[in-house]
Amino acid sequence: MDKKICTYICTGCGIGEALDIEALSAVVTGEMSQECKTHACLCGSEGQAFLKQEKKAEGINTFTICACSPRVMQNEFEMGDDCITVRGNLREQVIWTAGDAEEGQEDSHKEWLQETASDYVRMACTRASKTEMPEAYEMESMNKEILVMGGGIAGITAAVEAAKAGSKVTIIEKAAVLGGKANGWVKQFPTSHPYAELEENSIASMIAEAESDSNITIKTSTEVARIGGSPGDFKVTLKAADADSEWDAPAKVGVDEQDLIDKGEKEDPNEGLKPYGEVNEKADTFGAVVLATGWVPADVSEYEHLGYGSNDKVVTNAEFEAMAKNGKLEGINNVAFVMSPGAEEHDEDFPYASSVTSMVALKQAKYVRENNDDAKAYILYQHMRTPGNMELFYKGVQLDDGIFMTKATVTGVEGGTVHAKDTLLGEDLELDVDLVVLAAGMVPTTKDANIINLAYRQGPAFLDLDLFDGYADSHFICFPYETRRTGIYACGGVRKAMNMQETIDDATGAALKAIQAIESADHGVSVHPRSGDKTYPEFFMQRCTQCKRCTEECPFGALDDDEKGTPLPNPSRCRRCGTCMGACPERIIGFKDYNIDLIASMIKSIEVPEDDDDKLRILIFACENDAYPALDMAGMRKHKLNHMIRFIPVRCLGSVNMAWIRDALSAGLDGAMLLGCSYGDDYQCHFVKGSEIASTRMENIGDTLSSLGLEPERVRSESVAITDYDKVADLVNDFVDEIVELGPNPFKGF
Amino acid sequence: MTDEQGTSGAILVVGGGISGLTAALEAAEVGNDVFLVEKNAYFGGRVAQLNQYFPKLCPPSCGLEINFKRIKDNRRIRTYTMTSVTAVSGGPGNYEVTLETAPRYVNSNCTACGDCADACTDEIDNDFNFGMNKSKAAYLPHEMAFPRRYVINKDALSDEGAAAVKASCKYGAVDLDMGTDSKTITVASIIWATGWTPYDPTKMDNLKYNESDAIVTNMMIERMAAPGGPTDGAILRPGDNKEPESFAFVQCAGSRDENHLEFCSYICCMATFKQMTYIRERYPEAKIYVFYIDLRTPGKYEKFREKLMKDEHSTFIKGKVAEIIPESDGSVTVVAENAMTGEKIKQNVDLAVLATGMQPSLNVDGAPVPLDTDPSGFVNSNPETGILSAGCACRAADVVTSNQSATAAALKAIQVSRRS
Repeated sequence: MDKKICTYICTGCGIGEALDIEALSAVVTGEMSQECKTHACLCGSEGQAFLKQEKKAEGINTFTICACSPRVMQNEFEMGDDCITVRGNLREQVIWTAGDAEEGQEDSHKEWLQETASDYVRMACTRASKTEMPEAYEMESMNKEILVMGGGIAGITAAVEAAKAGSKVTIIEKAAVLGGKANGWVKQFPTSHPYAELEENSIASMIAEAESDSNITIKTSTEVARIGGSPGDFKVTLKAADADSEWDAPAKVGVDEQDLIDKGEKEDPNEGLKPYGEVNEKADTFGAVVLATGWVPADVSEYEHLGYGSNDKVVTNAEFEAMAKNGKLEGINNVAFVMSPGAEEHDEDFPYASSVTSMVALKQAKYVRENNDDAKAYILYQHMRTPGNMELFYKGVQLDDGIFMTKATVTGVEGGTVHAKDTLLGEDLELDVDLVVLAAGMVPTTKDANIINLAYRQGPAFLDLDLFDGYADSHFICFPYETRRTGIYACGGVRKAMNMQETIDDATGAALKAIQAIESADHGVSVHPRSGDKTYPEFFMQRCTQCKRCTEECPFGALDDDEKGTPLPNPSRCRRCGTCMGACPERIIGFKDYNIDLIASMIKSIEVPEDDDDKLRILIFACENDAYPALDMAGMRKHKLNHMIRFIPVRCLGSVNMAWIRDALSAGLDGAMLLGCSYGDDYQCHFVKGSEIASTRMENIGDTLSSLGLEPERVRSESVAITDYDKVADLVNDFVDEIVELGPNPFKGF
Repeated sequence: MTDEQGTSGAILVVGGGISGLTAALEAAEVGNDVFLVEKNAYFGGRVAQLNQYFPKLCPPSCGLEINFKRIKDNRRIRTYTMTSVTAVSGGPGNYEVTLETAPRYVNSNCTACGDCADACTDEIDNDFNFGMNKSKAAYLPHEMAFPRRYVINKDALSDEGAAAVKASCKYGAVDLDMGTDSKTITVASIIWATGWTPYDPTKMDNLKYNESDAIVTNMMIERMAAPGGPTDGAILRPGDNKEPESFAFVQCAGSRDENHLEFCSYICCMATFKQMTYIRERYPEAKIYVFYIDLRTPGKYEKFREKLMKDEHSTFIKGKVAEIIPESDGSVTVVAENAMTGEKIKQNVDLAVLATGMQPSLNVDGAPVPLDTDPSGFVNSNPETGILSAGCACRAADVVTSNQSATAAALKAIQVSRRS
């Protein structure tokens, strides 16, 4: 598009009073050689009409709005799909953080403020001239069918719900029949008020519904060998359950490991397997994947005092369910249910348990009673977990004279005798029973196996699942479906131990996410968190040196590579964080509206005064998700920021290329800081790894600076939360003080 | 973009808290048109008032910021604050809904410069902070309020206050003659995501909430701990601003009780453990006593509990609190029977925190139109009629589970649109 650029400076909200607007306009028309107009209130109805008129009458298609923060008035300054809007933040980051002049510095204060504003105007003008109109990525082929892995309650629900929305679905199930664990249930938990009675097992009708749906294809005794490709075009090789296939997903082999294998010093784990990048021409194509492979009962043999494995009167809850289902409760008249294995060590439930195991004990106690009027069930718990409406079911069970429940510390099981202490009865307990049932947890199938079997550069499994004990879970409380593999959504027991009602909700939600991923791929736009973003990273491959940094560092595994190591982008897997751009030492990766040259040019546009210790320049890259809003609010709360600071918002700290820091320091700026989200096990980075990767890069750049004779203290990376608005001013001001202490950049002026 | 009246396939989401935002965004990002209405002047609902989420201890405003950005970027969602549903007619695929928007007294010319609040001479109780401080009668509900537009409480304005507020605005945004606005929209389905309200602590006579400043609710602690809260993050005893040296958490305050809420409110145990971390951050040595029936921290929350149960200055007592006695020195005595030992406990503390339960808001405010609810006031979801529920309007739940249910409700709503 032929850009027609104009800068609009708003003089409202005190901007006009605090700044010399004429001088500011002169910066635009003079050194930036762009048109400039001012308005008393751009966001008001008159201002908006004025901008629309500018578009219509003057043909302006690139609007540089120098006014308030880009976080506000977005709709007001939205000029349509054929226009670009760039914002310069003169309100929150200039006049609201100016503070009062110190005594005797009134004139300097005004001068400094004007300089700050001028730099933000320069940067905005530069951004406007460097931003190009994004065009959505068009996929070569698009398939909208959903693959559901696992045919239990979660898988069937996901399939049926997606089909009801019009999607085609294939369910694959490892077993010979659909139904999964639910096939073995006698009854299921109540799902509606008054939550008093167990309900008949509904799995048969659920299976029948799936089988009769013409949108659903069912493949039993089938597994996934590998999944390659990307949302909208996943290439899935299916195979007979438990069979070996040359298309099984290969394990990730590191460079060092490959060396040993090549030397014959290590066995090749991928012997006989097709390389990950090879495409199976016979593979099926799907648009998205729902992972619903469920759970397996946890092993409880480690608790020797409970005797599982050595005492034939001790069984797990899963085994007891099977006994009840198969009518093998004859002669079982007294049953103890043990909820917590910790004896006197601790009061936790069994590993991988959840409120479901409490509910199962209550349900199974009812089986005992229904089997025989005189039978007795004893539930020995540390904490009865029946959250929400399940409390009502618990209450109902309490009314049964034959079910005894007490808090108790179970110290051991010998033969048919259960020993317990610290009970509500105030005394030690010895229970003689026919059977002891342990409330074993539900281990997700992803804990010990790849399951998803991705043929990706970064390996076949989800990453970092140890953070979630092996569950294929998201780390985001607000965004439960967002994992590091776009277009693949886990639900049910593979994600969390959950009851049937929650599983049905969860599977329905996962079905929506699958449909959404496909629609987004079809429109060439990003999914969460940059939903709808049309830009995507473009690579200037001629200059690629196959260093593999981008392919290694992408938090979402969006990049595969060829045998030489040249990256092969998969735009529909990409979340547009720009971590690849930050990683690339050759600076060949960029977006239409966010790239190395654009930010580097913005940095260069900052005026760097010489020989003036009161006018050092400190550049701060602020993550636009959390740090930038925190700074905005610091402005709203009128916290003073040092006048030497210049902020540049970035998509994620992961996108910050160290070249920018070098550019800044070689341009004579005196220090640089990265402000982003916290990382580590409780990371808050919306792109999972961005801030962590950035901090590692910053450690390394410190060494580079030392070798150049610059103090490594001139660069720093800090974490802030969005709520740190009362602390962030001190944080950045202190950094400026330290730089002042160090003195000006010795390269200034060179 | 569709016209203002919507299309037959549009979805109405009632309630703009985390569940409503999620349902609206997930549906819109599939391509559906969505109307999102919120009765408050801002979106974010209950979670906007929270300092942190358990167990990650991350700020809810971080996820809200992302959601607000998604809304700003998505032209399929139309948002309405200060708006309620007043009538619904028609049937699945074709509901006619009347929306009523209360006057904000600030129009779209507002630049959020804040001059009106600076000029305003009248003050009101700050509802966002549960009345623990005052705000101006011309105000932004809180720092992170989205939309960032001021609100005026006209009833609280004196004549001179009104004149000052009006004169302060350079942009003609103050409009004290604004009236109630009513409009009718057509939608295929309705998702009720009306959330929850903390159970009214004055309903529990034995807990004496009204009789001592030393008795607060857990939601009040959230506001105190929040950086933008009434005490700028300090946890102090209301009234005398004492830094408490001892705390009691009273679990199941209203929950699991047939005289109050018969269900378990799901989140209060985790919330208490979370609030223990707030206290520890500020008072490393303060004594903490937790009175509970069961500690319901299932699944991944068990680790969170394990860590905090090791706290050497904390005591956990299995026993429901029978009574709280206000003392003349400003402290309170918490009375309970230890269920394990039968011992009667009288524990004096500087501050008692009621872990008040979660009451469906529709059961507090009353449903504006007839709805199929259970006796607790939770809305039954019905995919056939296209009248759906999500989050805590549907059942007591934590944020993760609420968002699962909201995402599910979005698909159920889309199904109605696609079949009609």
